[in-house]
Amino acid sequence: MNIYEQYLRGPMMPHIWCSGCGNGIVLKALLRAIHRLNVSRDDLCMVSGIGCSSRLPGYVDFNTLHTTHGRALAFATGLKLARPHMTVVVISGDGDALAIGGNHFIHAARRNIDLTLILFNNFIYGMTGGQCSPTTPLERLATTAPYGQIEPPFDVCRLAEAAGATYVARGTAYHASQLDRLIEGGIRSRGFSVIEVLVPCPTIYGRRNRLGDGVAMLKWQKENAVEVRAARKLDPNELEGKVVTGVLFTAQRPEYCQEYERMMARVQGKGERGL
Amino acid sequence: MQELRNARKKVVRLLQGNEACVEGALVAGARFFAGYPITPSSEIAERFAEKLPRLGGKFIQMEDEIGAMAAVIGASLGGLKAITATSGPGFSLKVENIGFACMAEIPCVVVNVMRGGPSTGLPTSPGQADVMQARWGTHGDHPTIALCPSSVKETFDLTVLSFNLAERFRVPVILLMDEIVGHMREKIELPDPAEIEIVDRKKPSVPPQEYLPYQNDPTDIPPLANFGEGYRFHVTGLSHDERGYPTTDPAVVAALQARLLRKIERYRKEIVRYETVNLRGARVAVFSFGSVARSAKLAIREARDMGIAAGLFRPLTLWPFPEEEIEEISREVEWILVAEMNLGQMVFEVERCSRGRAKIARVNKADGEAITPEEILLRIQEVAG
Repeated sequence: MNIYEQYLRGPMMPHIWCSGCGNGIVLKALLRAIHRLNVSRDDLCMVSGIGCSSRLPGYVDFNTLHTTHGRALAFATGLKLARPHMTVVVISGDGDALAIGGNHFIHAARRNIDLTLILFNNFIYGMTGGQCSPTTPLERLATTAPYGQIEPPFDVCRLAEAAGATYVARGTAYHASQLDRLIEGGIRSRGFSVIEVLVPCPTIYGRRNRLGDGVAMLKWQKENAVEVRAARKLDPNELEGKVVTGVLFTAQRPEYCQEYERMMARVQGKGERGL
Repeated sequence: MQELRNARKKVVRLLQGNEACVEGALVAGARFFAGYPITPSSEIAERFAEKLPRLGGKFIQMEDEIGAMAAVIGASLGGLKAITATSGPGFSLKVENIGFACMAEIPCVVVNVMRGGPSTGLPTSPGQADVMQARWGTHGDHPTIALCPSSVKETFDLTVLSFNLAERFRVPVILLMDEIVGHMREKIELPDPAEIEIVDRKKPSVPPQEYLPYQNDPTDIPPLANFGEGYRFHVTGLSHDERGYPTTDPAVVAALQARLLRKIERYRKEIVRYETVNLRGARVAVFSFGSVARSAKLAIREARDMGIAAGLFRPLTLWPFPEEEIEEISREVEWILVAEMNLGQMVFEVERCSRGRAKIARVNKADGEAITPEEILLRIQEVAG
């Protein structure tokens, strides 16, 4: 048996993702990372919001929670606080995590709660048919930006770092084996981890913007990704239009659930208990 | 001597309704609160913030009302009895995830300390204009359980009941207080926790591989496993089959929707609670709830003193609506006078159930002032001619 099958829910197949979509590559990287981490699957929970990538938890045999649009991190926060020993991975897309869920994103980072967010960035709302998202690059076409996007995009990783995340990484669907390591590192890191993954969406984003099929879009990732150590040696103008990948930022900061436990121990140690 | 020592000392407290809500929740076993500051419910969050860490429970102030409702559902799936509290503007935001809790069948309690609306309205004044929002606020067909206390003691009791009903039926239960009940202080005797009935959710009795979290159970209420205890299952807001897997199969979707409604409808008698005062032989029945019922009680007493046969029907359960009870009353009285702090909401339910058998009159006020006994009495006198 290959390592993937043991984690997949057979009856949920086939999945909803289009041919050429990068989501399946990320799913496999995620399962490789989990396999290596050797976490008990009873202790593993996957929480997602709404969108193509957010269907992922349905396909895997863990405790899985497919929530409302943008709210995955807030559901995950309640679950993690209730059961701090659980490993909680959150699956979200660019629209889900950064538009409707933007508030939960920055506050999960600020708290540094021990969740690992895998943010599937395909630059578009795929499931609803191709509307622009908070990561759609300038001038790109979308059904709701038919004359080209005029709003500047978020830089997911800089946003995560500024808001307080303590592990921030970027990968691509093309660089699949680098991706396992980034995800593994994120889950190992005790605090709020964000792994932005660039995924090709040939059906919706690629077609409208004439970026070619799934293979062509992966090729673009291959040619334009620069590993962070290599990127540090380059001038800013040499990095123009490139995608910097790898672990971009880490920090040591108190984790929310641990701080809560500490506070509880403190208040229980003195004063009158209970009612 | 031994008996004397074992006898519990009376615990008498001067408490606000909001504080009594917290005390009731803790006795019911609540160990998780997520909320967001809003008048006139903030005291509930504040008291939980103080008490939960001491009891090993979890409190979190979320970034918004939506997130608070989400966190409550997440915590409940993790096995904790979970609650949030808000007022109208916050409830408007919570309805999104209340719908999720209905669909995914996650027990939890949502308190709405009603203030004047619409919109920001009257933050520090009482209102009862969210009763229809409690019923229909979230989209789609769904059952609703909403309870409404009139006093501080009853807030305690109905908070316990809210948790019991939530756990028993796997639903979000809404506790509709109003600003008067929330902020008023009364002396209450806290019952001995050992004497209070506490209901916990039904857990699966089958091994994990046989567990169906949305089974068409003969009771219509399938058992709920906690996340992290070996029962790995899928929870989604999408229409789903018995395994929890998304489906668009019309037969499966129809079966799910029917069960979701039936699981409350068939237990209506167990859920519906009300108080009646002097209804026997009454010509005029006043229908009122929450703080308004306090004025109504005084009004019917004074009406009796004046020789008008007036009585009171006070629902503690607003939803499901006490249909049979109103139907019965409508056969016996000439008038049903609906007094509510809004411009007319529950009156339409009363009309629906009385089907023209009794004449309907109203007292409505939504200007931030309480409805007084005099206002109700005056209307009783008018209709009784």
